[in-house]
Amino acid sequence: MHLNFENSEDKLIVYMAGELDHHSAEEVRNIIDDRLERDSYNKLIMDFENVTFMDSSGIGVVIGRYKKLHMRNGKVCVTNIKSSVKRVFELSGMFKIIMLYDDVEQAVNNI
Amino acid sequence: MGYNKIKIEFLSKSQNESFARVSVAAFASQLDPTIEEITDVKTAVSEAVTNAIIHGYESEEDMITIEAIINGTELTVIVNDVGKGIDNLELAMQPLYTSRPDLERSGMGFTVMETFMDSLEVKSDKGRGTSIIMKKIFNPLS
Repeated sequence: MHLNFENSEDKLIVYMAGELDHHSAEEVRNIIDDRLERDSYNKLIMDFENVTFMDSSGIGVVIGRYKKLHMRNGKVCVTNIKSSVKRVFELSGMFKIIMLYDDVEQAVNNI
Repeated sequence: MGYNKIKIEFLSKSQNESFARVSVAAFASQLDPTIEEITDVKTAVSEAVTNAIIHGYESEEDMITIEAIINGTELTVIVNDVGKGIDNLELAMQPLYTSRPDLERSGMGFTVMETFMDSLEVKSDKGRGTSIIMKKIFNPLS
């Protein structure tokens, strides 16, 4: 999986590309956490536009970041979710606590 | 469509998760599935193989076997490991339950398999391994 980072003021945006499964999840989690720590961000936008496959490992990655940032009053949201990814997320009830936006611009303006 | 069968075997390395789901998806493509149907199968296989790697074998490496069978419009996928087995199957199958919260597992693996396939059966013997038997019926293109 390939990750690209951008920032907008106090928000870290991560653009993910490829397949998010148990194999890639650990690396994704480590790279994102390093970035969050290094520059002390507490708002994270995770973009799924180029995520071509995701299983329940992806739920763990998003909820894990949520728990981490929630402890320091931060926020996590997800953007550009396609229907195959959305169906996996919906099973977990995750959208009760994690906001979903159509695109990154909307997320930047709202969190 | 008749009858067809494959059997694949691979080491329980996480790198092989994508090999496993893509292989089963390629076999299932004979059933003229929709993209959504194929995604369902890939996701369910990915969950079963991940469980075998994380829970069945833990840190050990051993073989995982997948058999996939086409019978008419029905696909059966059997994922076998000879690992440690499941202690409490009822608990393991509960949504959001995970024995490995330390790995940030969501506890949704069995729920995904149940939702995305038409049937799910789990056979597990402590110390002997686990078999996941999943079936999905494909709607033929009209």
